[in-house]
Amino acid sequence: MSLLTLREFGVARHQCDVLRNVELTIDSGEMVGIIGPNGAGKTTLMRGALGLLAHRGESSLAAMTPRERGRAVAWMPQAREIAWPVDVETLVMLGRSPHMGLGRRPTKTDHDAVARALDRMDLTGLRSRTATQLSGGEQARVLIARALAQDTPLLMADEPIAGLDPAHQIATMQEFASLASEGRSVVVSLHDLGLAARHCTRLIVVDKGRVVADGTPVDVLTQELIRDTFGISAFVQTTPEGLVVQPMGVVP
Amino acid sequence: MRVAALSLCAAVWAATAPTWADSPARVVSINVCTDQLAMLVADSGQLVSVSQLASDPRISAMTEQAARYPANSSRAEEVYLMRPDLVLAGSFTARATVDMLRRLDIPVAVFDPAYSLADVRDRLVQMGDVLGREVRAAGLVAEFDATLESLRDAAAATPPRVALYYANGYTSGENTLAGQILDYAGLANVATEQGFAAGGFMPLEVLAMATPETVITGSPYRGPARAEEIKSHPVIGVLQRGVPRARLADRDWTCGTPFVLRAIADMTELRRALQEDAQ
Amino acid sequence: MRLAVTLIALVAVLFVAALVTGPADIGPFESLLALIAGGEGPMPLVMREIRLPRALLAVLIGGSLGLAGAAMQGYLRNPLADPGLIGVSGSAAFGAVLAIQTGLAAAFALGLPLAALGGALFGVFAVLVLAGPRGSSLTLILAGIAISALAGAFTSLVLNLAPNPFAANEIVFWMMGSLADRSMTHVWIALPLILAGALMLATLSRGLDALTLGEDAAEAMGISLRRLRLTLIFGTAAVVGASTAVAGAIGFVGLVVPHLLRPFVGSRPGALLWASTLGGAAMLLAADIAVRIILPARDLKLGVVTALVGAPLFLHLIYRTRRDGL
Repeated sequence: MSLLTLREFGVARHQCDVLRNVELTIDSGEMVGIIGPNGAGKTTLMRGALGLLAHRGESSLAAMTPRERGRAVAWMPQAREIAWPVDVETLVMLGRSPHMGLGRRPTKTDHDAVARALDRMDLTGLRSRTATQLSGGEQARVLIARALAQDTPLLMADEPIAGLDPAHQIATMQEFASLASEGRSVVVSLHDLGLAARHCTRLIVVDKGRVVADGTPVDVLTQELIRDTFGISAFVQTTPEGLVVQPMGVVP
Repeated sequence: MRVAALSLCAAVWAATAPTWADSPARVVSINVCTDQLAMLVADSGQLVSVSQLASDPRISAMTEQAARYPANSSRAEEVYLMRPDLVLAGSFTARATVDMLRRLDIPVAVFDPAYSLADVRDRLVQMGDVLGREVRAAGLVAEFDATLESLRDAAAATPPRVALYYANGYTSGENTLAGQILDYAGLANVATEQGFAAGGFMPLEVLAMATPETVITGSPYRGPARAEEIKSHPVIGVLQRGVPRARLADRDWTCGTPFVLRAIADMTELRRALQEDAQ
Repeated sequence: MRLAVTLIALVAVLFVAALVTGPADIGPFESLLALIAGGEGPMPLVMREIRLPRALLAVLIGGSLGLAGAAMQGYLRNPLADPGLIGVSGSAAFGAVLAIQTGLAAAFALGLPLAALGGALFGVFAVLVLAGPRGSSLTLILAGIAISALAGAFTSLVLNLAPNPFAANEIVFWMMGSLADRSMTHVWIALPLILAGALMLATLSRGLDALTLGEDAAEAMGISLRRLRLTLIFGTAAVVGASTAVAGAIGFVGLVVPHLLRPFVGSRPGALLWASTLGGAAMLLAADIAVRIILPARDLKLGVVTALVGAPLFLHLIYRTRRDGL
């Protein structure tokens, strides 16, 4: 089942195309990584697809009503904003708001979803702590839990692992991969080619406002593409552990 | 603004002031009260200019006469250029203006406000002295006394109780000209009962609890102001209910001039109406 | 739940205290009896026409300011947003003064509050434009200073040009606010807009909660930011405009009350809306009791008392904001 379809999709800012001619479909059970150099249009692609930016062409998500969209996709912006010192459980419960009625009284379903999300991100012990007083890594996990609690078939996250320590980066990617294996889909943008290669089932490469490659990591992450797109040389090898990509140096 | 501040009037001719061998020939008045006293007392041609306020029908009883004089804006510079040999000012006139004129060697006669009917008489006499028009002043005093006597009425055993109420809830007690006018007209002043002998801000609910038989409000100023809204508060409406519209025309009592007689007549009429009502 | 009961009880107690406080020497029981039983005589008059409208206005206006403060803070995600400090009240006062001096206020009953709403609308709009979507404290305060100064200058100009000599002295009323000598007429002209604005702001609860996670996340959770922004602007302008039209600009209520109550609602901006409404009503009732106890015979301005409480807190918040490097 298609969770996101983009047709002839483009975004212009100040009459200047920052994204053009994007055609893609995300199906269920996919773990999609969006990679590309800074300013390539990764964030624009995701925000545009969500309907948060004015755009051309079609996006199945942008066409929905705000409420439908809230149940179809969970979005984690790059800025990890927690404006008020609310406790962790309250914050995660915010993810349930697209499912709640006018009275906004959480039902058992809502409490269960929050408990599962907290458990999944190993936050049960922190549930009554004040979110703004947690460490950066803990806050990132709380925000992921919030997105999980939204319980949508699709989760989109903009650089969710930036700023996390290696263990948390790996754990987070594994968590996303396991969501995908349960039949949901995850779309994440990231800069770490090694993690992208190891954990994603599909990679979309964005460069200069265009999708320049879309496929499995093995097909996409060739030395040529890495050199042409990122301007670096890399060690790329398929091992019994899976694909290994290690950036080596900047190509002059 | 203190309403009392408007009742700048009547003369206390300071002993320290210089004396003139002859009558002054070019007199400029810069206060609405001295304006009126001077217009009443001065010889023709003696008074050169009066203040702009003298043409304001709200607080001046002599707007027609004032129209015959050039108006000044009570500023030292302007007054100096009129080359007066005497300036008439009230004691509430800006201190800086008076000082400036004196530094420029222009004699300034400063008049205190009138607080009683006797003060009205004194101010007329003093204005006569200052302008060298003693005879004219004596004539006005005699006329004033005669009319005042004719207004004296058999006072009732129980004078109707009334209150004066102005913008911001200011009231006048017995030690003010307005209070004296009420007293002479045979009205009891609620402000005095409530301890505002000299006047002051009386809260609306204190006024309501004092249950005056009517409330006398000042004439409204031109243009709206929140300060005056209090005079149209529903409570004032209730307190005035069934009583002839009671207003004391500000121009008749703001200054201690013979026009206070008109105010006394108005108030006497109000008192009679209130007594008829009570019967 | 316990907080709601406590706040409602507090408002009720202060409301009764406000009714029995005043310069007229009446016992508390007699006065309440006169209020309820009515009848002829001065006491029911004082209670029903002077003290009741004053206490009702304190509840309405205090509630409005508390609610508007909580809503603005929730939207801007900044605890320094107060309708008084960011110039909304000042702009509303300018609208009101203009309506009074041009005769619009006398022309029809809602002319005054609607003009104040217009002024407030300008103020809210200007702040949101100047401070941006997530106003940093610095731009927010600077925008507030600029708008307040401009609105204050225009207000003073209009009052100075007014023909009535008392008008110029009323600048202090419009800048500091007072409930003295108000009547039921003022309750009736303020009530419709305050109710309408409060209902609009009450619908923001869900959106403001979601905004805790930022604009993008909130919008992706089904919040229409456009609608939220419009509702916020009109709702705030309505409650602050109507309040300012009858009582002048009263500052700091919208700063102090949300700050004090935030910990009790777990910092949830949505829940803070109703809590601040009740808290604002309580604070203004208390302030209005204070002005009558401190100087019973004079019209001590309400803004003086609220600023004495609020300004030190404001300084503390600025200090903390700097320390946190925001």
